[in-house]
This record gives sequence, structure tokens and C-alpha cells, in this order.
Amino acid sequence: MPAYTVETARDLVQGHQVHRDIYTSEEVYRLEMKYLFRNTWVFVGHESQTPNKGDYFTTQVGDQPVIQVRHSDGEIYVLYNRCPHKGTKIAIDRQGNTGKFFRCPYHAWSFKTNGCLLAIPLKKGYQDTSLSETENGQGMKSVGAVKNYRGFIFARLAENGIGFEDFFGDSLSSIDNMVDRSPEGRMQVAGPPLRYMHQCNWKMLVENQTDTCHPMVAHESSAGTAVRLWEEMGNPEPRPAAMQIIAPFMSAYEFFEDIGIRTWPNGHGHTGVKGSIHSDYDAIPGYFEAMKEAYGEERAKAILDENRHNTVYFPNIMVKAPLGQLRNFIPLGANKCLVESYVYHPVGAPKELTARSAMYNRMINAPTSIVGHDDLEMYERAQEGLMTDGLEWVNIQRLYDPDEDFDEEAVENGTTERQMRNQFHAWAKFMHEEPAPAQAEAAE
Amino acid sequence: MSAPSKDDLIDFIYAEARMLDEGRFNDWLALWMPEGHYWMPLDYKQEDPLTTTSFLYEDNFMLRLRVERLEGERTFSQKPKSRCHHVLNRPFVDEYDVDANRFVTNTAMHYVETRLDEQQLLAITATHELTTVDGAIRIANKRVDLLNCDAAFGNIQLLP
Repeated sequence: MPAYTVETARDLVQGHQVHRDIYTSEEVYRLEMKYLFRNTWVFVGHESQTPNKGDYFTTQVGDQPVIQVRHSDGEIYVLYNRCPHKGTKIAIDRQGNTGKFFRCPYHAWSFKTNGCLLAIPLKKGYQDTSLSETENGQGMKSVGAVKNYRGFIFARLAENGIGFEDFFGDSLSSIDNMVDRSPEGRMQVAGPPLRYMHQCNWKMLVENQTDTCHPMVAHESSAGTAVRLWEEMGNPEPRPAAMQIIAPFMSAYEFFEDIGIRTWPNGHGHTGVKGSIHSDYDAIPGYFEAMKEAYGEERAKAILDENRHNTVYFPNIMVKAPLGQLRNFIPLGANKCLVESYVYHPVGAPKELTARSAMYNRMINAPTSIVGHDDLEMYERAQEGLMTDGLEWVNIQRLYDPDEDFDEEAVENGTTERQMRNQFHAWAKFMHEEPAPAQAEAAE
Repeated sequence: MSAPSKDDLIDFIYAEARMLDEGRFNDWLALWMPEGHYWMPLDYKQEDPLTTTSFLYEDNFMLRLRVERLEGERTFSQKPKSRCHHVLNRPFVDEYDVDANRFVTNTAMHYVETRLDEQQLLAITATHELTTVDGAIRIANKRVDLLNCDAAFGNIQLLP
């Protein structure tokens, strides 16, 4: 007797509020994995994590274990990480090189790096068994579709559904800006990600990326104390590194109102339309010269003057273009979310740029971060608080307009909760059965 | 002023851990050289603290900020406060260079941190670069390697 089906789950989203079961119900979580994370384009990894033929990297798309692998033709494939025989995970390492083929450690079935079956030991045992007519006899299964967008690998699990460009539309401008900040137009992953476990629902983290009314409250203990310590020291210059990174979190409400929020269709959006907390960093010697050399002065300025804060790519990543960062909010259950925070080096830029991104990552996104500590405290308190039966709805009504149209791009006051509503609108939109194949339409 | 003996160095490492366990963080800050860094690498055997991410690579300002924040009225993740506990193996004195005023110890520890109903255990190796100022031992740099640095963690709020 399920409390929710994919149809009734959609009723959990109303314009200005969502029901708490959307955060707390394991059943809703399973429906999200089955429908939302199947129908949408979900981040897998970066191509520089698998630079050479045979290089692979293991991760999850929703709750599905997958392998990102560089095939012998140079293309990147995304395969489900299970042997078609008995289900054994083919790759257990987080990354490695498998050579020309994968070999299952259980019964030595082997597969080309595009998943196709290569060989089975003692194959005569399958003569006249029709194995070759089964799906399992074909090899490791690929996800529905893969897109390499400027080095960032996305997958759609569903065979049929919305195309990559239709899904992301103009929101890709934030990834463009991040990659354009490399004088060579490409990024290189800089070491392993921070891995931070949260005992809360994944959507709380995604919502928080465009929540501009919490930094000066939840982070007063870190950012406010930093400002006070610096004042007590007599405001020495150059500022301590922490003052550049952490102190802007104490910016006033008016600052966040003015910088604006932009939303795009399908749940994407960003804070910092007119500058952001990343606008006031010190210049790094040699960087602008390298950019000017690559793009010309006017274009280089245009790229570097765009200082978007957080861009949410629905459903579950956030990109900080000015810092070359990506955070992946991997849902592990209704009340469990693993956050992986990556830093990328803009190839051709001075290494000091990457050093600043790495500093930001450890100061803000680490399990040891004095900023992250208070965020996690808020999420986990909310996860517990939502169990109360006294109130069942979560309010997302700040600057709400009953007539707002999420199919139109919009730029609004930077403290609006419109982007959260945009995400839930997209959530309901993609909580559907997989669309029928295109052939079905053609046959009509 | 005479140079510290190996026993002096070892006693210092024990005394430092006791300060942290007893929450005497301002006393602990006073043990540091102003230019020192507290480094907790993210990658196993990481060599570069700057251009790849670490858990911590804190200068004096960040350490002061961290300690100051623990006492704040609105430090929500410390309501209630965490407590920690170090169990030390006897430190090795790996370098003992009186002329250079440089001493390096290597100490295996079990670090326990607790808050509310949660308690976590970390196996760590601490490498201390020590020096002396007017005969008093000071921390020039400290590196803390987590045995399970590649695992996912919840909050680690105090100082392993």
C-alpha cells in the first residue's frame, strides 16, 4: 500500500509551498530515483578524469552505479557498473585504467570499453541456449544518452526524453564562462573532491545554493568573527586570505537584493546577475595578460567581468564559474546526501588562480570548514524538524507571484525564492513516465 | 639556553594534545610560530598544500578565527559543544638538529570527537615541525594525515 505513486507525488508541490514528505519520505526518494533522475540530464564527471584510452572513473547517477570510461575511439562512454551475467560490479576502484577491455573478476566475462561483449570463457556452454538473443548477452549496458559539453560529462538514463540543449538551454552560459576563463578553453580536474556526508535530503543543499537570506545569519559565527578579528588587528593590508573568501558572506541584505537572481526553464538558475561575493578578489599577476593574449582585450574583459555566484544545474549540481568549482549533491536516501566538491584548473592560467579555488573549497566546502559546519547544522536540524506533525508544509513564498511563468527566463530581486520554486516546478515536470520513443510519434 | 632534549620534545607533544582535549584553545594558539600552518591533506601522501584541495591549510589568522568562533554566541553547530580526546603513541623524534633549531616528530594517534549522540574515531599521524624561541618549544608547522582521508565525513569540528 504505497503512500505515493509518481502521479500523487506531484501533488507535494504547490506554487508557494511543498509538502515535507518531499524531503522525508523514502518512497518519494525512490520515485525520484526512478523518474526524476532517469528523465533529466545528470552530471557524471569531467573528461580530464579519464584522459587516456581505457581510463575509467566510477560514480553514481542518482542511485545508479556507473562507469565513465574513455573508449579506444577516444570517446567517453557511460556504462552501468554491473556485469550482465550475475550483477557483480565491474569496477570497484574510484578510478584507474582497464586497458583495452573490462574483465569481470567473478567469471571472467570480458567487454570492450564501449560495453560490447568481447568474450566468455568456455563459451560452448552457451551453445543453443539463445544467450546472444538476450539483453544480457550483448554486454555491459550503456545509459540512455551521453553528452560531453566542453569537457563536462552528463548522462540521461532514459533511452528517450528531452535533448541536452533543450534541457539546459541558456543556462549553459555559466559553464561557458567557467571554461572561457581558461586561456586555452579547457579545464583540468585538480585533485580529488572533498567528500562531505550530510544526514539530510539532497534538495535542501540544492535550494541553499540560491538562498541569499541565510549567509549573514547562519554564517555570522565565521564571517562575522572574521570581520571583527580583522578590525581588532587594525584592518591590515594585504587582507588575510580568509577576509577575501569568508568575509563577503556578511554582506548586507541590500547587497544580495541588488545582485539579482536569474532563472531559466527546467529548474536551472543562478545568483549574482550583477556581480557577486566573488567580484572583489585580488588580481592575480599574469592572468589578465594571458587572457588578453588568448581572446583580445575586449572579450577577455567581458569574460572576467561576469562574476556569477552559484549556478544550479537542475537536478543536483552547482557551478561557481569564477572559481572553477563544481559541487555534486549525490542523493543516497531521503535523509542522506553525499556532497562532492571539485576544483578545476583553467589550463593556461597561473596556478595561483587554482590555489585560490582550492583555498575556497577547503574554507567553505570541507567537513572541517567552519562555514560548512553551520550549513550542515541547519540542514540536519531541518531534517529532524520536518518530522513534526504540527505543520506539514515548507514555505518558499519570498517574493512569490502566483502568475510567475517558469518557462520564461527571468531576472529578479536577488533575495527571491523563485529559483527554489523553479526547481520544484521542474521536479514535478520530470516526475513522469519516460516519454514514448520518437518513432511512436512518427508512426501516427 | 640549552637545547630541548628528546624527552622535552615528546613531553611537548603530549602536553599539546592535552590542551586540545581540555579545550584550552587559547593556550594552544600561543604554542604556534606566527608563520606556521596547520595542514590536513585530503589526498593520501599529498605533497602540495596549495593547488589541490586539503581539509585544512590554516594560517595564524584562520586558526585564531577557528578558536574564536568556538566561543561565539551564535555558533550554531557548537550548541551543544563538541569534545575531543587524543590517545597517543610515544612520538618518534625523526629529526633532531640543534644547530638549525629544527626538530621533527612523528606521532600516531587515535582521535575521538563527540557531540550529542554521535562519536567518531579517526586514526591519524601527526607530524610536528618544532623550534624553540627563548628556550620554549614552539610549533613551526603541523601536518595531520587521516588514515581514511578518502572517506566521506560529516562535521569534524575540533582539531585532530
